[in-house]
Amino acid sequence: MSKSLFDKIWDNHRIADVGDASLVLIDRVFLHERTGSVALKSLKEAGRPIMAPSHVFATMDHIVDTFPGRTDKTIMPTGTAFITETRDAALDAGITLFDLNDDRQGIIHVISPEQGIVLPGLTLVCPDSHTCTQGAFGALAWGIGSTDAEHALATSTLRIKKPKSMRITVNGHLAPGVTAKDLALYLLGRYSAAGGRGHVVEYAGTAVEALDVEARLTLCNMATEFAAFSAMIAPDDKIFDYLKGRPYAPKGQDWDAAVAYWRSLKSDDGATFDREIVIDGAEVTPMVTWGTSPQHATAIDGVVPDYQAVQDRDSQEAYDRAIAYMGITPGTALESLPIDAAFIGSCTNSRLSDLRRAAAILKGRHVKAGVKAICVPGSTTVKRLAEAEGLDQVFRAAGFEWRESGCSMCFFAGGESFGRQERVVTSTNRNFESRQGPETRSHLASPEMVAASALTGFLTDPRKFGPRKFAV
Amino acid sequence: MQPFTVLTAIAMPLIRANVDTDAIIPSREMKKVSKTGLSDGLFAGWRYQEVGGRDPNPDFVMNRAPYDKSEIILGGVNFGCGSSREHAVWALAEYGFRAILAPSFAPIFQANCITNGILPVELAADIIARIAQDLEQDPQQRQLVIDLPQQTVTSPDGSIYGFEIGGEAKEMLLEGLDPIDLTLKLRDRIQAVRVAGQNRRPWEYL
Repeated sequence: MSKSLFDKIWDNHRIADVGDASLVLIDRVFLHERTGSVALKSLKEAGRPIMAPSHVFATMDHIVDTFPGRTDKTIMPTGTAFITETRDAALDAGITLFDLNDDRQGIIHVISPEQGIVLPGLTLVCPDSHTCTQGAFGALAWGIGSTDAEHALATSTLRIKKPKSMRITVNGHLAPGVTAKDLALYLLGRYSAAGGRGHVVEYAGTAVEALDVEARLTLCNMATEFAAFSAMIAPDDKIFDYLKGRPYAPKGQDWDAAVAYWRSLKSDDGATFDREIVIDGAEVTPMVTWGTSPQHATAIDGVVPDYQAVQDRDSQEAYDRAIAYMGITPGTALESLPIDAAFIGSCTNSRLSDLRRAAAILKGRHVKAGVKAICVPGSTTVKRLAEAEGLDQVFRAAGFEWRESGCSMCFFAGGESFGRQERVVTSTNRNFESRQGPETRSHLASPEMVAASALTGFLTDPRKFGPRKFAV
Repeated sequence: MQPFTVLTAIAMPLIRANVDTDAIIPSREMKKVSKTGLSDGLFAGWRYQEVGGRDPNPDFVMNRAPYDKSEIILGGVNFGCGSSREHAVWALAEYGFRAILAPSFAPIFQANCITNGILPVELAADIIARIAQDLEQDPQQRQLVIDLPQQTVTSPDGSIYGFEIGGEAKEMLLEGLDPIDLTLKLRDRIQAVRVAGQNRRPWEYL
């Protein structure tokens, strides 16, 4: 019988049926100081040991400061306790911790691939909704709550009902200057923030195959914004080449056996899906959000839509609320909206290739006076590699702050934030009310659009800065 | 966990699409490594006048009697989207919410509800609108009845609406079971699968 990629991984991990759900083997658990700390603490209080501590990893990304010279102290009041309690609990439990001042520290969905922890065919969970990012490696990776994380730690399993499946095929190719972020926003704009609800989405088609590894991570990252259970892409030579030699990737004879197995991890011809969407990559253009849901996405050369354009998925009240919150009026050209700040970072777009593309636009130029611009590399490794090729100098010379790695101002945790009613163009994944600061207005975009907008002081189509390759 | 069987309670309308977990509990309100002490932060951005403040915003439905005593939320599509933070569900449960009716839920939030004894009821948007209309005349007296064993919601006008829920989820809610205890009964089987897996794909075992 023809099987999908998802079916194959599911069948390889299903241990037993429990009612209408299944007991599924979990290969890797990742934890961070925000939601992992409470899972470790609760597990210890219940006197439950971790079944496979060598398969469990933790890092500090959510609450840590990103200023140079950072310590356990945080701008967020009471943040230090999350860091110290996670550290103590991780040491006590015997799991692997990538602590502050460890070169392997960074945002989980950046460092897990970097270290070769996520591998094709694995199941991986983390109490973090963006765990779906790691499905880009052909793994089944999904976000869970802290209590389910306790379950995964204590039993190396989860009890879940098999999700439905969906394939999104992107034929043709993305036009020059159009990125995986634009594709993710395009799908949200067209099919809504509930468009993939509960499904495991397989991204396929020539435009997806053409994406490099880091762009695939960006595409899968925003599947949670699509309300999907998770997302995945069949692994190929790009993935195998990326993984070879990584610290936790297989070595020697194991490597050859692993690659042979990984090559079988693709949907068979004739595999069926509960839903199929097919689009042409040429439909996608540079995108930006105008409102307070990721589904409020439209082409950068367009205008703020009127209610008629979105009434199939937004109530009048929700639309009016979004328009008022964002301080915009229908019909306004998006490129006429002035910005106060620009942010490059997050598990969506903070990897080396993201920084290179933004730097190519920034090189030899300076951000508009009065615009606060910040770049936060996704991991300490990304930061080091970027510095080795001089990207930090380009960002600094252009007027960007250059930070230590972490989730930073993707969200406001009570510490650092953007200001009230400040308009921010951001390479992150959520534009919810007050997500990046009290009453802050967030516009989601690709890193190159953030760079271009920082230069002009207005939301700006990055294609206006032409195709540039970064060279020192 | 408190078992869920039949609930008769005041229901609060919050019928907005894509109510996200940042709205249910903002990150700034998650102040301790703890599952408790979160109910004051519930809906903080909408419920209070100022960020970080505690002066109630009279316009927010939960601040208006009798909705402050609600145990049920009538919600919109994709309820609980966004961050996986279980703190959203802990805050709802601590405040006293026991059930949420919505046309659809975000998957992680839905799983977190079941883990914590909150019943997520999926009903069509027009049915939820009809229920809201029926209740609003006198929300104190006109309470909603949710019967999990029968899988029905009964509106005070006598209308009865059936809903679907997975068998595993239903059992967990009805019995108030701890799933870790249940799973650990299968410990030998899990270990056997792990040993077999290590032979078949040794690189997956660290």
